[in-house]
Amino acid sequence: MTYLRPDIRHPESQRNALGYTRKYYEGALSTLCAGCGHDSVSGAIIQACFELAIEPHRVAKLSGIGCSSKTPTYFLGNSHGFNSVHGRMPSVATGANLANRDLIYLGISGDGDTASIGMGQFVHALRRNLNITYIVMNNGCYGLTKGQDSATADEGSKNKTGHVNPFHGIDLCGVAIELGATFVARSFSGDKGQLIPLIKAALSHQGFAFIDVLSPCVTFNNNPGSTKSYDYVREHMEVTAAVDYIPEKAEITAAYAEGEACVVTLHDGSHVVLRKPDPAWQPTDRIAAMKRLHEARQKGEILTGVVYLEPAGRDLHAMLNTSRRPLNSLRESDLCPGSAALERINAENR
Amino acid sequence: MSNLVNDFVIRFANVNGTGSASANTLFAKSVFRMGVPVTPKNIFPSNIQGLPTWYEVRVNERGYLGRRAGIDLLVGVNPQSMPNDVRSVRPGGYFLYDSSRPLDPSLRRDDIHYIGIPMILLCQKHFEVPRVQQLLKNMVYIGALTALLDLEMDVVKQLVVEQFKSKEKLVASNHLALDLGFQYAREHYDCPLPLRVERRNSIGNRIMMTGNTACALGAIYGGATVAAWYPITPSTSVVDAFEKYANRLRTDPETGEKKFAIVQAEDELAALGVVIGAMWNGARAFTATSGPGISLMNEFLGLAYFAEIPAVLIDVQRGGPSTGMPTRTQQSDILLAAYASHGDTKHPLLFPSTPTECFEMTADAFDLAERLQTPVIVMSDLDLGMNEHLTPPLRWDDQRQYDRGKVLDAKALESIQNWGRYLDIDGDGIPYRTIPGTHPTKGSFFTRGSSKDEYARYTEDGEAYRRNMDRLLKKWQTARKLVHAPEFLQPEPRHPEAMIFFGTSAYAAMEALDELRAIGIDLDAMRLRAFPFNQAVHDFIEQHERVFVVEQNRDAQMRSLLMIELGISPQKLVPVLQYDGFPITAAAIVSQIARYHPAAAELLGGNGYSHAVTVSQKS
Repeated sequence: MTYLRPDIRHPESQRNALGYTRKYYEGALSTLCAGCGHDSVSGAIIQACFELAIEPHRVAKLSGIGCSSKTPTYFLGNSHGFNSVHGRMPSVATGANLANRDLIYLGISGDGDTASIGMGQFVHALRRNLNITYIVMNNGCYGLTKGQDSATADEGSKNKTGHVNPFHGIDLCGVAIELGATFVARSFSGDKGQLIPLIKAALSHQGFAFIDVLSPCVTFNNNPGSTKSYDYVREHMEVTAAVDYIPEKAEITAAYAEGEACVVTLHDGSHVVLRKPDPAWQPTDRIAAMKRLHEARQKGEILTGVVYLEPAGRDLHAMLNTSRRPLNSLRESDLCPGSAALERINAENR
Repeated sequence: MSNLVNDFVIRFANVNGTGSASANTLFAKSVFRMGVPVTPKNIFPSNIQGLPTWYEVRVNERGYLGRRAGIDLLVGVNPQSMPNDVRSVRPGGYFLYDSSRPLDPSLRRDDIHYIGIPMILLCQKHFEVPRVQQLLKNMVYIGALTALLDLEMDVVKQLVVEQFKSKEKLVASNHLALDLGFQYAREHYDCPLPLRVERRNSIGNRIMMTGNTACALGAIYGGATVAAWYPITPSTSVVDAFEKYANRLRTDPETGEKKFAIVQAEDELAALGVVIGAMWNGARAFTATSGPGISLMNEFLGLAYFAEIPAVLIDVQRGGPSTGMPTRTQQSDILLAAYASHGDTKHPLLFPSTPTECFEMTADAFDLAERLQTPVIVMSDLDLGMNEHLTPPLRWDDQRQYDRGKVLDAKALESIQNWGRYLDIDGDGIPYRTIPGTHPTKGSFFTRGSSKDEYARYTEDGEAYRRNMDRLLKKWQTARKLVHAPEFLQPEPRHPEAMIFFGTSAYAAMEALDELRAIGIDLDAMRLRAFPFNQAVHDFIEQHERVFVVEQNRDAQMRSLLMIELGISPQKLVPVLQYDGFPITAAAIVSQIARYHPAAAELLGGNGYSHAVTVSQKS
């Protein structure tokens, strides 16, 4: 268990625009290993939702199976959660989203759950540009079954037992960009300064927002020789651009030097400000994004931050032209054509 | 051959993909419009173009709608299958062929009649484009049949007008082709044949519809808004029809917005995942599939059973196992569907016998699934789903309200102090559920496929697990009372022996009961309509000494289910089976039951219907 949390809070704890304290966004006590990267990601989700002043009950949390998929219990206790079957969260999330387009969908998965058993569903949710924030807590190994390599383990990475992975690792950001995600980012569980604004931007994005969060497994994959350990990730992180998230109503007041910042306006009017070291880089360029991922990999760097962002993509509802009113709010009078229409159908079949 | 007015079987042997389907349908529909009961069956290959395909039509004014073996007239226009087609005609029957080229002498039989119509020559003379000649060749033989079988040409031509209402210029050429065949037959043969159609008034207000279309309409009327599926024969036309009618009936005329969503999923696993996600979130959703899809859906069926999420599945069964016979019919998913998934699971099944019941049961399945908070599977089959059946008109009560089951809204949540997702408040095993987004602080819970306590908290406490499993069993007992009761064919049991049947076996079973009575075997009969079995099913079996269970699979799966669930002795239940992929016939049922009545079996003799009329094909 990670920590014990006191129930008493300072009476003057900071409150958000809805008047809630951060505690309102917490969940049950974590049962993951002490020091697990996933708990930091849960903390970042709590902080992001708190800062965005989201009504927790308007969020649906969905996950598959594995250590990462357990985490939805540990945040947003007032949200409905769905711990589905291994690798199948994307389809359940697709159905849930079709039923009620007005909720915020947060999908939590792991590298086994997404890159192996769930690869089929993951890629198809991507190509439908499902409106969801999909976070993979990526530690390169199967924690719950004691540390087997996963499909995202890098070639040459050594696990705790000394086994060196001979297979090519799957880069989920590359897959996401290739197959139609409209928001693709990578971060590190140990870098909340980067992760929190990324989650806020992802939650505000309409369409498939994918964040690959390197989240080390302290028990099975934090050893020397592993490329998913805390030390290795810290030493090899390369940032595309520093990320600021500016909510809808705020004006962009900070002054940025010419060519230094790139402002992307999201569907809901909020802004993502990317302060970038490379003035030529454009986050909306899909081909450039793929190229940068490949170059970073070649250099042994872990590219983090927003990798690709297309704010104007059509989501699944737009593609299907579904009713603006959520389908789950429609009643008999909206749905049932009645006996007269049925009589006409009978007549057509005589 | 004796006079066969309104009582014969005609089979069309065509090449797949040559436009024969619409011509053959025209024939069946013409008989229907003349007020005579008709049963068309499409016997098609797993192929898009080139392989042999057959269309078999039984005309029977007494209203027997099951398949009957024995072909009285064969329209043979496929050289590939012709040797077998000639062999399949009953002695004294007719073989109608394209006499544009002479018939190979090896295809001559002494005991049948040959009717040659120079179909392609007539077409070449009157139509220029070769593709048109090929297509209209089919209409030429329909024209010939109109003369030979005494169909009413006005009826046939009117159907052509309706068929091509959007392509008017095709009407004239089709009418001409009909006339060419008609005149040639009139001039060269004695028309009509002893085998013919006479107008009757035996249809009433019935309609012709496929079970798949009826299921789709049931889903629309039942309030389904999300359909998720993966294409698979023979279920594909369920979602095709859902889309067609939903576009018509559920699209906002002003905005074009759709009050439904269809997802063609990446596989059947995902299809059921979408359904479960949508129903968890308060929409009505369904999937349509066949046996191979149910195999894949086992994982999600277990989740939905254990996490108690409603779902509606339509299983249009085909020949198994594995890929099996994808274009042939069977009732062989019974045990798979009843107990799908690992661990202790069972699922309510509904067994429609007609398209009308497909409509009603699909609509009812949504009420049942939501009331019971569990997946409900409508067990159709290829014969029911893909063939047109004569069936009572579809009816809908405009006063009907959907039963959304025990769902708590925000107001209800405010008034409840102690809510637990899996608490059995009412003693029927059915707990109260909440839909995401209902209330800011009440009613949220974690849905999971792992063990949990009454408050949906994860637990590995064996006692809490057992309590939950026992409550699910209590819910199963509730389901027994809620699902469709069986249909009894007599007001009171009268005979020591009985027959049980379900689904599409009903057509042949009803006919078999009459035939058995004619040779002195009287049976009571019950048509099963749902699983779990009601008390009435148990009582009926108890009231009889011997019960024949008619079904279309090798392993007598329904018989096993009756034995397992009701504790019936195996000796008491006698299997009556047909599993060659063709719809079961009355003759098959009669011959198997007659074995238990040697004296009556003597009377049976040779009825001339060879049960094993199979279509072999080169592959």
